[in-house]
Amino acid sequence: MSAITAPTGRRARRWRVPIIWWLLLATFLIAWLLVSLYGRGNFVATSTLLNIVERATALGIVAVGQTFAILVGSLDLSVAYLISVTAVMASFIMQGDPSRVPLALAVVTAIGLTVGLLNGLLVTKARINPLIATLGMGLILRGLLNASFQNFAGSVPESFQVLAYGSVGPVPVPLLLFAAVVAAGALVLARTRFGAHIYAVGGDRATARLSGIRSDRIVIGAHMVASFAAVITGLYLASRLRSGAPWIGPDGVYDLESIAAVVVGGTVLAGGRGGVLGTIAGVLIFAILDVMFNQLGIGSYTKQVLRGLIIIAAVAIYAYRSREVVG
Amino acid sequence: MIHRGGAARARTMAERQRTRSESHVTAVDPATHPPRPSAATGAPALEMRGIVKRFGPVTAVDRVDFACRVGEVHALVGENGAGKSTLMKILGGAYQADEGEVTLFGRRVTFSHPLDAQRAGISVIHQEFNLLPHRSVAQNIYLGREPHRFGLLDERALRNMVSALLHDLGIEHLVDPSAMVTDLSVAEQQMVEIAKAMSFDARVMVMDEPTAALSTREVDVLFGLIRELKARGVTVVYISHRFREIFSIADRVTVLKDGALVATREREGLESGELVRLMVGRDLADYYPDRASEDELGDVVLQVRGGGNAALHDIDLEVRAGEVLGIAGLQGAGRTELARALFGADPFTAGEVRLHGEPIELRSPRDAVRRRMGFITEDRKSEGLSLRQPIFDNVVLAYRSLRPLLGRLGREGKNGHPSVSELTASVDVRAAGLHQEVQFLSGGNQQKVVLAKWLATAKDLLIFDEPTRGIDVNGKAAIHRLIREAARDGMAVIMISSELLEVIGMSDRIVVMREGRIAGVLPGGSTEAEIMALATHGELTQEPAGNPTEEHGAVA
Repeated sequence: MSAITAPTGRRARRWRVPIIWWLLLATFLIAWLLVSLYGRGNFVATSTLLNIVERATALGIVAVGQTFAILVGSLDLSVAYLISVTAVMASFIMQGDPSRVPLALAVVTAIGLTVGLLNGLLVTKARINPLIATLGMGLILRGLLNASFQNFAGSVPESFQVLAYGSVGPVPVPLLLFAAVVAAGALVLARTRFGAHIYAVGGDRATARLSGIRSDRIVIGAHMVASFAAVITGLYLASRLRSGAPWIGPDGVYDLESIAAVVVGGTVLAGGRGGVLGTIAGVLIFAILDVMFNQLGIGSYTKQVLRGLIIIAAVAIYAYRSREVVG
Repeated sequence: MIHRGGAARARTMAERQRTRSESHVTAVDPATHPPRPSAATGAPALEMRGIVKRFGPVTAVDRVDFACRVGEVHALVGENGAGKSTLMKILGGAYQADEGEVTLFGRRVTFSHPLDAQRAGISVIHQEFNLLPHRSVAQNIYLGREPHRFGLLDERALRNMVSALLHDLGIEHLVDPSAMVTDLSVAEQQMVEIAKAMSFDARVMVMDEPTAALSTREVDVLFGLIRELKARGVTVVYISHRFREIFSIADRVTVLKDGALVATREREGLESGELVRLMVGRDLADYYPDRASEDELGDVVLQVRGGGNAALHDIDLEVRAGEVLGIAGLQGAGRTELARALFGADPFTAGEVRLHGEPIELRSPRDAVRRRMGFITEDRKSEGLSLRQPIFDNVVLAYRSLRPLLGRLGREGKNGHPSVSELTASVDVRAAGLHQEVQFLSGGNQQKVVLAKWLATAKDLLIFDEPTRGIDVNGKAAIHRLIREAARDGMAVIMISSELLEVIGMSDRIVVMREGRIAGVLPGGSTEAEIMALATHGELTQEPAGNPTEEHGAVA
C-alpha cells in the first residue's frame, strides 16, 4: 500500500494564477498607457518600478499576515496600531545604538506575538466577534502608545536603515524582504499542515473540530502570524523613516487597506478560500494606482474613488463567479 | 366556511397583497374561490399529472401522478430519496417541474416561486420552521403583512387578528399571541406555522413529518388540529414514516419509490405489511445486509457505565467488535447528545467510559480521534465536510489532524496506510477526481467522503448519526452495505437513526432512548411496535384498527 500523498494535480491547482493577476496586468498596462500619454517620465523605468514595489512593501507584508487571519475566518483590525507600537518601541529602544538592535527586535517581537495571542484568545476562548476584539485591542494599543509618546521617539542606527535603503547587488533590500515574506506565507499555507488546517478551520470550523483539529489553536496561530507580519512592517517603516512615530500605522490605514487588499485578491472574507498570491496582486494594484496618480499629478481623492470602485468590482466579480459555479 | 372578525380582516389583507403582486402566475382569484365544503366531498382539490423532475442526470421524480380530494388527509410515504420532498417542493413552488401539469381546483397552475403557491392556497409546513425566534407569535404570523394605521404599526389590530385566527382553529388556549417564539415548544411553534398558513387562506396544506419531534400527547393535539382543518375543507398532505399515524389519520395513502409512483390506496382495507412491501419493494429482511452471526462478534470495544451530562443520565451501554448497535428514540430523546458525548464533543461529566477495558477520558473530539474513533455526524454539510474544499482535503482532515503542525504535507502516510485514492475507491466515491469540491457531489457520495475520512484513522469504533438522511435509495443501500462491512472488518459500530425501518434492518441490538436515558435494549429484529413502546413510555395503548404495527412486525 502506498502512502497518502498529494496527487500532482492538486498542487498545480493551489498554485494556479488567480484571476486577479490578469486585473493586475490590465491595471499595469493602462497605467503605462496613461502615463506615457499624459504623464511626466517613463512608467517602465526601473526607478518607477522600484517605487511601486517600495510602496507595496509595507502594505504587502501586513496584508500577508491579514490573509492568514481572514483565511481562518477571523480578521485583525489591530495591525495599524501594532505597527505604530513596533516602530516607536524599536526606535526608542535602539536610540541610534547598533548594539541595542537585537534587544529591540526581541522586545517588539514579544509584544507582537503577545498581541496576536491575546487577539486569538479573545476570538476563540472568549468568543468575541473578531471585529470587536481586534478593534478593542487596537484602541488599547493606541491609548497606551499615545500616553507615552507624542512624536518621533528615539532613532534607528544607520546599520538598521539597511532594511529600507540597502541593496544586495542591484536588488533593493525591501524587495527582498517583501519577496521573503510572501514566499514564507505562501509556503506555509500550501505546504505545511498548519496551512492545511487554516483552510480546514476557515472552511468549516465545526467539521474541523470534529475531525480532531484543535481549531482554537489554529485560529490563535493565524492571529499570531498576522501580528508578527505587522511587527515586520513596523520595523520596516521605522527603518525607512529613521525613527518611529505613533501616527505611522493609522496614517497608512494599514488595517482597512490590508483587509481590502486581501479581499480584492480573492480571499473569501468568511474564510477557507484564497491565498497570499492573490493578496499580493491586490497590494500591487493599489501601489500601481498610487504611482500612476503621482506621475499624472492628479489629486488623491480621485485615487480613493478608484480604489473603492476596484474593491467593489473585484468582490462583485467573485460573487458572480461563485454563483456561476454553483448554478 | 366563513371567517369571522379579525380573521376576515386578515383575509382581506392577503387578498390585497395578491392583487398588488404582478405575478405572471395563474393564481386563483380569491373572489372565485369555490365555496368551502364543510367536509370531504370527494371533489378533486389537487391533481398533479405526469410530473418529471431531473437534477442533472438524476431523475428525482419520474412521471408521478398525485391527486387529493377536497378535505382529505392524504399520506405520502416512501423512503428517504423516494421523491416525496421533491414532489412537494414542486407543488410548493420551490422547484419547477420539467414535465407534467398541476391542477388546483380545476385550474391549471404553474408556480415559479413559493409565494405564488402560497397565494394560490398551498402552504408547506417544513420540518424546520420559518419563524423568527425573537419576535412574538403575532408578529411572526403576519410578518411582512403587519396591519398599520397612519403609517404606524397597529398593534391592537394585529393582536385581534391573531386572536381571532387562533380561536377559529380552536387553539387559542394553547398559543399566546404575545409569546416569543423562542419560548415555545416545538409543538407550539408548529401550531404557529399552521396558523400562519391558515392566515394565508391555505386550502392545501403539506406537512413534512410533522410529528418527528413531538411527544405522543402533542401528536394527539396535532391530530385534533388536522381534523379541524379537514372539517373546514382543507386538504392535508401528510408526509410521515410512522405507520401508526398514517393508519390513524389518513384517508388515502400514496407510496413513492425511487422517484416513481407505486400506488395510491384507500387507507381502509390497507394492511401495514402490504404498505411496507409497497415502500421497499420487497420484504424488509431482504433489503438490508445480513446481521452479524454470533462468531462474527468480538470483544467489548466500548463500555459506558453511568454516563451523564446536562442532557444525558445514567447511560449504560456496551458495543462489541463486529456489532452494529442501533440507537432509536424520538427526536429530542438524546440520541445525538449520546453520540456527541461518546465522541468527546459534549463530553460526559459523570460516569466511566472504557475502551478495550481501559478507562479513558474523552474531553474533546481530538481525544476520540486519537483513540481511533470516528463520528459520521447527522449534519454532514456543516459538521462532516468542508463543502468548498476538494475531496482530497476532506479525506485527509482527520488523518492530518494527528500529525505535527509544522510537518510538511505530502508525506501523510506511514507504512501500510492506504492512500486517499485507495480510501475513496474502497467506499466507491463517484467523482470527477480528488480535486473536485465536495459541494458538487450527491448526498450519497458526500457521505462516502466522510466515511473515507474516518476509515483513514478509525480502527475501533465508528458512530453514525442518521447515516442516510437526504440520500437517494441507491446511495442508501450502498451506505448500509459499507456500515455492515466496517463491522465485518472488526469495528464496533453505533448507528443512530430516526428511521425505524433502518434501525430494525441494520442493527444487531437496539438501544432505545427516552428523555436522555436508555429506556431499554432490544434484540435485533424487534418490531416497530416494541421500539415505539419503549420510546414513548408505553403510551402505546390504543392501537388503530387493523393493528398494523404487529403485522408490520411480522414482516420485519
